[in-house]
Amino acid sequence: MAEASLAAVTKRFGETIAVDDVDLTIANGEFIVLLGPTGAGKTTLLRLIAGLETPDSGTVAIGGGDVTSLAPAMRDVAFVFQQYSLYPHYTVFENLAFPLRAPGRRMGEQAIRKRVSEIAEMLRIGHKLKNKATQLSGGEMQRVSIGRALVREPNVFLMDEPLSSLDAKLREDLRVELKRIQRDLGATIVYVTHDQLEAMTLADRIGILDRGRLVQVDEPRTIYERPATVYAAQRLGSPQINLLPAGRLGLTPGSASAITAGVRPEDVEVGTPGGFDARVIAVERRGAEMIALLEVDGGQQVHALLDAHRPVGEGASLQVAVRPGAPVWFDREQHLVNT
Amino acid sequence: MSIAANPGQTGARGRWLAGSAVALYALIAMIPLFWIFATGFKSPPDSIAYPPKVFFEPTLEGYVNLFTSRSRQTDEYIKTLGPPKTWYEEIARSRNMVITGPSRFVDRYWNSVVIGFGSTFLAVFLGTLAAYAFSRFKVPLKDDLLFFILSTRMMPPIAVAIPIFLMYRELGLSDTKAGMILLYTAVNLSLSVWLLKGFVDEIPREYEEAAVVDGYTRLQAFRKVVLPQMRAGIAATAIFCLIFAWNEYAFALLLTSGHAQTAPPFIPIIIGEGGLDWPAVAAGTTLFLLPVVVFTVLLRNQLLRGITFGAVRK
Ligand SMILES: Nc1ncnc2c1ncn2[C@@H]1O[C@H](COP(=O)(O)OP(=O)(O)OP(=O)(O)O)[C@@H](O)[C@H]1O
Ligand SMILES: [Mg+2]
Repeated sequence: MAEASLAAVTKRFGETIAVDDVDLTIANGEFIVLLGPTGAGKTTLLRLIAGLETPDSGTVAIGGGDVTSLAPAMRDVAFVFQQYSLYPHYTVFENLAFPLRAPGRRMGEQAIRKRVSEIAEMLRIGHKLKNKATQLSGGEMQRVSIGRALVREPNVFLMDEPLSSLDAKLREDLRVELKRIQRDLGATIVYVTHDQLEAMTLADRIGILDRGRLVQVDEPRTIYERPATVYAAQRLGSPQINLLPAGRLGLTPGSASAITAGVRPEDVEVGTPGGFDARVIAVERRGAEMIALLEVDGGQQVHALLDAHRPVGEGASLQVAVRPGAPVWFDREQHLVNT
Repeated sequence: MSIAANPGQTGARGRWLAGSAVALYALIAMIPLFWIFATGFKSPPDSIAYPPKVFFEPTLEGYVNLFTSRSRQTDEYIKTLGPPKTWYEEIARSRNMVITGPSRFVDRYWNSVVIGFGSTFLAVFLGTLAAYAFSRFKVPLKDDLLFFILSTRMMPPIAVAIPIFLMYRELGLSDTKAGMILLYTAVNLSLSVWLLKGFVDEIPREYEEAAVVDGYTRLQAFRKVVLPQMRAGIAATAIFCLIFAWNEYAFALLLTSGHAQTAPPFIPIIIGEGGLDWPAVAAGTTLFLLPVVVFTVLLRNQLLRGITFGAVRK
């Protein structure tokens, strides 16, 4: 395992700037999750680290050495692709053994067999080793893809939405499993996802990408509580953070440049005497909790995250207030205002 | 990777009807082939009997005549030779013939095999590399080059027969196997590049990229990952190339004579030699059909997948 870093890396495809002046250092043994909507440049960033793309400017380093102009094969990274990474003409075993049979590795057949079955057991695909890769379900294929990365002990693991096509249960299982493996191996992982829950639970640090720019890299808790921009605030939390203009719901900024307040739905309190009048427009029950969409003074809509047993129904009128100290403030450029 | 299932599962009755129609068509289409096959085993009188004979006494006379040169002799002369030593001499003697040596058929047939398979191999080999390059690399003027390659197909090849004839004469390529292989390769290459490029385009780049990240070189990735997935395309392309090279008549007639002549221009010559020897012609035709049939049957499984040309196969 090793550390990896990008310094002022930019990658363009024609007019599109896929990755825009990104600086990022991934510490040895760190689990970094890149989060961003489709087209944000997540895959491109991984490909730059792997050497499948060459940056237009900037440098890539792995294990302290500059690898910017080094071929992918020489970088010793493992890549789990977003799709299509299993060879349809090979069996599961051959797929898993493929990285170990690479010319530079020179591993004995005996050792290969042992390593492959270890990994297969770990990912619970041991009974499928003889199947052709095309005879697997989507979830099994994805586990084989992950397995193909795990059989090696590379400098860095690069994983592009490896759990995206799995059902909720399996996703959760594998998420836990992956985190455990990462701790055991002390693996350095750069992991891409759309899924904020995955990001929150897996990451040592989360990197938020916005149209190629890395807007914030921090621990999940920090990004959640002190998002650097409105955009970063919106990436975490479900339902999304409420954005309210200063003055609404009695919110008063601590500084003159602060014009928008960000209030997490769980910080919206309902039924407190002395609050503001609101009407319930819609209610969404999620089991243990519920989300109420409220309309307050002058049509402003606010999401509130409430306990499921609260007697709140559609059309009801009630009082709302924001938990004191909860709001974060953003300026005109949508950047966080330090208070 | 599966063949697209029968769209709209029709009932058993419908399938039976469709099956019968196909079987009937196949039967009708195969009658001439069967007739040729049968004629090869007829005696010359049976082959021209009227009404045509469906049941007859099979004989290998056609094949003997195909493979040998014979001369007609008087009974007296034949008696002086003593009893025939082999079964084929016996057949010849029964027609008052004496075998004087092997015919040129084997030579011609061998020429066809060398030229047909040689040019097919070259066209597919070069086509695979070119298709891969066109599909994966930044080639300057790629679209124009591809169009140029295709444009060589737009004219019937025989339109350039005379210039090629003159060039070949100058270069000493006339009537050589190398010349014919070169020519058929050149004609087939455009088809092969275009067909194969379609197949390479369909193979996601991620496969090679995964191999490259895992420590393989580009060439190894091509061999281990791309090539196996191109099997269907290569098989289909090879069959098309072989069929063209194997059947080609006009160039063969024009450019070859004593040395590199292939079977197509040779078979009609049999007709001319010593009267209409239909069984020999039919025997030659049967043998001529065989390699393409065998080749196609061998590649049948690949072909069925390949023939869907770009239909999504995952
Ligand atoms: N090979 C390419 N040629 C041209 N444009 C590209 C190429 N690869 C990526 N792009 C563009 O770069 C931008 C970033 O793409 P990228 O694949 O990195 O997004 P992503 O964040 O991985 O999205 P997704 O979540 O949908 O996978 C997109 O606008 C995309 O269209
Ligand atoms: Mg992507």
